[in-house]
Amino acid sequence: MKNKNIFSVLLTGFAVLMFTANSCVKDLDTEPIDPNVVTSASVYKDPAAWKQVLAKCYAGLAVSGQKGPAGQPDISGIDEGFSTYLRQYWCASELPTDEAVISWNDAGLKDYHNQNWSPSNPFITAMYNRIFYQISLVNEYIRAIDSKIGSLPANLQDEVKVYKAEARFLRAFSYWHALDLYGSVPFVTDKDPVGAFFPRQASKEEIFNFIESELKAIDADLKAPKTNEYGRVDKAAAWTLLAKLYLNAQTYIGQAKYTECIDNCKKVINSGYSLAPEYRLLFLADNNSNGAQNEIIFPVCFDGLHTQTWGGMTFVIHAAVGGSMNPADFGIDGGWGGTRTTSAFVNLFPTPANSPDGRAMFYTSGQSLEISDLSTFTDGYAITKFKNLTAAGARGSHPTFPDNDYPVFRLADVYLMYAEAVLRGGSGGDLATAVGYINQLRERAYGNTDGNITQGDLTLDFILAERARELYWEGHRRTDLVRFGKLTGGSYLWPWKGGVKEGVATDAKYNLMPIPASDMGANPTLKQNTGY
Amino acid sequence: MRNLLKTTRILLAVLAFITVSAEAFAQNITVQGKVTDASSGEALPGVNIVIKGTTRGTSTDVDGNYSITVPSGGTLVFSYVGYLTQELAATSPTLNVAMEPEVARLNEVVVIGYGTVKKADATGSVAVVNSEQFNRGAITNPQGLLIGKAPGVVITTSGGAPGAGATIRIRGGSSLSASNDPLIVVDGIPLGSDSPSGATNPLSTINPNDIESITILKDASATAIYGSRASNGVIMITTKKSTKKFSVTYSGNVAMNTVPGTVPVLSADEFRTLVEELYGTSHKAYKRLGTANTDWQKQIYETALTNDHNLSISGTAAKIPYRASVGYTNENGILKTSNFERTTLALGLDPSFLDNHLNIKLNIKGMYNKNRFANQGAIGAAVTFDPTQPIYDEASPNGYFFWAQPNGDPINIATANPVALLNLTRDMATVKRSIGNLQADYKFHFLPDLKLTFNAGYDYSQSDGTVDVPATASWVFDKINGGGIKRTYDQTRKMELMNLYLNYAKEIEPISSRIDFTAGYEWQHFYRKGKTYETNIPIDDAHLIVRTNEPYATENYLVSFFGRLNYVLKDKYLLTFTLRDDGSSRFAPENRWGLFPSLALAWKINEEGFMKNISAVSDLKLRLGYGVTGQQEIGGDYPYLPRYTYSSQDNTAQYQFGSTYYNTLRPEGYDVNIKWEETTTYNAGLDFGFAKNRIYGSVDVYQRKTKDLLNYIPVPAGSNLTNYITTNVGDLENKGFEVSLGAKIISTKDLVWQVDYNLSYNKNKITKLTATDDPTYLGVFTGGIAGGVGNTIQIHSVGYPANSFFVYKQVYDQNGKPIEGLYVDMNNDGVINTSDLYRYKKPAPDYAMGISSNLRYKNFDFSFSGRINIGNYVYNNVFSNRGTYLDVYNPGLNYLSNVLTASKDIQFRNAQYFSDYFVENASFFRMDNISLGYQLPGLLQNKLNMHISAVVQNAFIITKYSGLDPEVDGGIDNNFYPRPRTFMLGLNVQF
Repeated sequence: MKNKNIFSVLLTGFAVLMFTANSCVKDLDTEPIDPNVVTSASVYKDPAAWKQVLAKCYAGLAVSGQKGPAGQPDISGIDEGFSTYLRQYWCASELPTDEAVISWNDAGLKDYHNQNWSPSNPFITAMYNRIFYQISLVNEYIRAIDSKIGSLPANLQDEVKVYKAEARFLRAFSYWHALDLYGSVPFVTDKDPVGAFFPRQASKEEIFNFIESELKAIDADLKAPKTNEYGRVDKAAAWTLLAKLYLNAQTYIGQAKYTECIDNCKKVINSGYSLAPEYRLLFLADNNSNGAQNEIIFPVCFDGLHTQTWGGMTFVIHAAVGGSMNPADFGIDGGWGGTRTTSAFVNLFPTPANSPDGRAMFYTSGQSLEISDLSTFTDGYAITKFKNLTAAGARGSHPTFPDNDYPVFRLADVYLMYAEAVLRGGSGGDLATAVGYINQLRERAYGNTDGNITQGDLTLDFILAERARELYWEGHRRTDLVRFGKLTGGSYLWPWKGGVKEGVATDAKYNLMPIPASDMGANPTLKQNTGY
Repeated sequence: MRNLLKTTRILLAVLAFITVSAEAFAQNITVQGKVTDASSGEALPGVNIVIKGTTRGTSTDVDGNYSITVPSGGTLVFSYVGYLTQELAATSPTLNVAMEPEVARLNEVVVIGYGTVKKADATGSVAVVNSEQFNRGAITNPQGLLIGKAPGVVITTSGGAPGAGATIRIRGGSSLSASNDPLIVVDGIPLGSDSPSGATNPLSTINPNDIESITILKDASATAIYGSRASNGVIMITTKKSTKKFSVTYSGNVAMNTVPGTVPVLSADEFRTLVEELYGTSHKAYKRLGTANTDWQKQIYETALTNDHNLSISGTAAKIPYRASVGYTNENGILKTSNFERTTLALGLDPSFLDNHLNIKLNIKGMYNKNRFANQGAIGAAVTFDPTQPIYDEASPNGYFFWAQPNGDPINIATANPVALLNLTRDMATVKRSIGNLQADYKFHFLPDLKLTFNAGYDYSQSDGTVDVPATASWVFDKINGGGIKRTYDQTRKMELMNLYLNYAKEIEPISSRIDFTAGYEWQHFYRKGKTYETNIPIDDAHLIVRTNEPYATENYLVSFFGRLNYVLKDKYLLTFTLRDDGSSRFAPENRWGLFPSLALAWKINEEGFMKNISAVSDLKLRLGYGVTGQQEIGGDYPYLPRYTYSSQDNTAQYQFGSTYYNTLRPEGYDVNIKWEETTTYNAGLDFGFAKNRIYGSVDVYQRKTKDLLNYIPVPAGSNLTNYITTNVGDLENKGFEVSLGAKIISTKDLVWQVDYNLSYNKNKITKLTATDDPTYLGVFTGGIAGGVGNTIQIHSVGYPANSFFVYKQVYDQNGKPIEGLYVDMNNDGVINTSDLYRYKKPAPDYAMGISSNLRYKNFDFSFSGRINIGNYVYNNVFSNRGTYLDVYNPGLNYLSNVLTASKDIQFRNAQYFSDYFVENASFFRMDNISLGYQLPGLLQNKLNMHISAVVQNAFIITKYSGLDPEVDGGIDNNFYPRPRTFMLGLNVQF
């Protein structure tokens, strides 16, 4: 009798347990419980998300991930501090040239000076990964917009339309870097999925045409020049990028497009942007408000408290301070003793140590002009252009992380592009106007008309030198030297070109970076650039 | 799981009901007699005598006599450790019993997943290490007990920090990017793989003194019952149970941890000479020299004391056998300021009800652990810091010398004063943790061969930590806002588990067969939640900088169904089949379930007729096994799910639009198709015993192939929202053999000498890494080093062992001195660049051996155990990073750094991180412990046993490796916490 009771209770218990087992299997359907994580399916239920993802598309150029200065990286395979877009772009654009040398021994870093890099170079790989991270991010954003915009309230729809145009600008901007650095690259748009597939490699022409058509297509949706919020791009940024694409079209696709370049330069010049009153203001902690913001068409924004990174301006400013330089003079708590310049660049200025050209911002005390050892910071003049100080001399909001915004595109560059395109035979502009633009820059630099030039002085060689004087350390030099046929080969030698003190001729294959070995391995459909 | 509580309640109700209903009435008789050892005839004191089916019993006195009142017709169960248990009917008033000593090993019961098996019937590769075989000495964590004790199990402690953890690798790692840690099961409860934050070791909750035995399941036929978590083997810890008879045990020790050695660096005078040679006396570098003579390494280390006390009480109260223990450990590290203080509590109850049809086991373990972590940056800083500078400087705001800028402020990226690093950093953590389970076994009354087991368990922990560094500290100085560190963190971890299984065991005599069938279900939930918050120490409220504000929460579930069939034919032919179906919440519904089968066959050759006459062979068993296991420890809980992450709540990764800073939202990379990694293992083994098992051992050969490797690899650019992702690509192979041998060389009453030896060989090779075979694909870079930023020294490549070093081949001059910066042009293209890096050696040993010896003469015992590793290489990062002359003086920031004495041999100016010169053969022999003990002869009429011992741990090491210690987990030696040499005095008292 008792036993029977036991069994019935046990059986009931067993039945309950089996029922539990069934419901437990359903436990496997989990959703994130982290307050910082939200599923793709529900993220856009919050209308604020649209702008926050747009902010990520911009922030992808500035910071290394979701935590400043480091902690939740966007890309991996390299130290997070090294992994930021701007830091990599700066290194790839400046270190292979006469404008900058670096003392550090990180594996592969000096390959930039030596012009002997290989497809496994970690910096070339990181730059490439950053570019494609940015492209993938925008693709994801556009897919989300296209699938959901119809269901949004009308006023939000209008805003999101502008967001989309800006995101497409950012994608075109990164594809331009891809074309400029790597040539023919994998091509993915918002029409592609996320997941296991091999992106198709597109020809340089196809990439070129895509960038061109995108920039034209978004023109209607982008805000008019100088009408957008600070930090966000407008039509003028797209025109500037088109001008840069056309100026280099001969390099990219073997076709001269100088007329189109002039056309877009004129649109920018007439759009309301104006030169900052002083050259130095462009590179200071308050360059979002000290007048420089009128010249800077496209900044990448940093802030000591809110936008912290070991890349970006943190790298640009700290790496340049060393030797007997006082970090406090640069608004920072300590230098990293890394970047200086070569005598070839210094000598572009008249009497460089005390030049009448105010753009010659060198620190020479304890620094030798010539470099006998790349790893010694005091070999080579240091550059003092960027400082975490305001126009009034006050320090930025944080001693480690500068407030300076990085001037990606600025009007002075457009003036110089106009002049170069005219000189190279483009129509729609004239030399007199070009000389006028250049003299505006030189008057600002000299503080008077002593440095002004005449039409006879305006040669292509002068343009290349003037671009260096005006735009050094802003990430233009490599592209310029390639366009002038001087990055590789023997027509122009500078100290430590090719890893030799006096400089040596290098192989023309180094005009393009190799497709990184990691992607050659991951995507077997890719074809490597010639020579690698 | 909300139903767990409900279910437990119902079950408890059932149990209560069953207990109450079990009553018996009978007449009693008194039985008395003497219990002796059958072989020697000596009286046996302390033999347990229990009336079968009850918890009533007694034990023999010092003369082996007993007396007990028994219901007439009842059965008495005589049991004693080391002897065969006997059951005798209480038919007459006198009952003398001769206990047969247990034939070693053969009747040992081995704990396997969801049950036990007689060692003789085991079909898989299983190693058991009992408490007698454990390593001796001041061992505060369970891993330490096992080092060198089982073939194929390589345990590397993570250094000498108090309470430090250890890495366990069973037969090499089966994974590249996923976890290579074995599954740890404590009293039937599989634990999570992570350690509570602020804890030094995931197993520190378990006091080594509470451990009865550790079973290591190595091949898949043994582990596959644990399915998706079994690819790296399973370590099963069984804690001590009640002795039933009242006993009190105390064991304690006092140990002195000494500094085993320091890195040879230049003395102050040598350093002055070097600076003068390099720069001359008029240079700024020379002027920066100080006048002190400081041996920085001497200043940061000290001889430290550890004491450890454990008390356990065991017995039976109110018919319930119990064991309760308390342990207290206070360990000071040799690096000043490090301390580990732990109190553990353990309670075990194992009552039986209903004529032993219902057995309950309740285990609760608790830990209260306080840690103070030393700032280990001091180890490297002490190697580097200029020996001519003083420790203290009166002018300094905190009293410690620091490298100053011209304006007097610290250079915060210069080397920090090692003593200041230690004394100004206050890094404390408190961890409270409890692990417990309730297991109920019920043998059905109508069918005693059928047993139902229910097990409910939990593992909860709560961690709280703080890090404080004053604003004056040179390495976190911020003049404007105020520097320093003020960090708090906390974490709550919860694991809940429930399993339920039925076991049916039956002898089927007509066909000489025995079957043992188990089928069950398991549910497990892991939950982690925590927060880290860090600020500076601001000069005023307006300058508060929130550096970190990171709350997080995550969880995952595992649901499993499993079954096992053991079949024994004629006691000679054995078959085991297991099957597990695992569901993990970490994978998409389509890939969520993984099926993991295994099959093993064994043949007891010595039971065959033709072997019966060969008396020298006492045991000979051939085992063959095959099994598939899985892996789902991949780091994240939602790798398949498209999701977005907000930028940190500390507002440090925002982006500016207009005058507003926006927190961003990042879409994360994901792999919808991610699924189980599967490892297939083949194992063949032979167990043998000769001369009545005085010589015994086993040999195993195995092959493990992992496919669909969970591999962290580059994605094709543009195809995902990240550049690296964990996905199923690649194959990996481990092959090897293991030998274990033991011999009781001498076995007499007064003199016993036993020696055990084990050898394992493992060869690891990556056979595939990419979706398509691409010979130009280099592999996955890994192994970050100190020096430069983001440099890696190792690579996973196809055709090579995992973590092979990836370096340049150094060129040497005729004197054998490496020529700085000159390397072999491996691809002969005339250029030395990253294409000339080559794969050279790896950190894992080819051969690992363990040897131990136990000698007992009368009351004295002497034992030692040691290990040999052969073919393990280490990258000497201390040397590569601190051996170059250019580092002596930083002209940019104007401070000096010491270099290793050995740098004189190479005289490199610039760091040459990637030279294979720094990859050194780190094969070694280490004497892990030497112990001498004495058993005090019969005290208090033999009721009190007392044993005293003296032990030296890490006694000595023989190696050619030039660094401090060749045993470096991961193969990159970068200023890790040195393992102390420990001298211990121990006392063990049993009453």
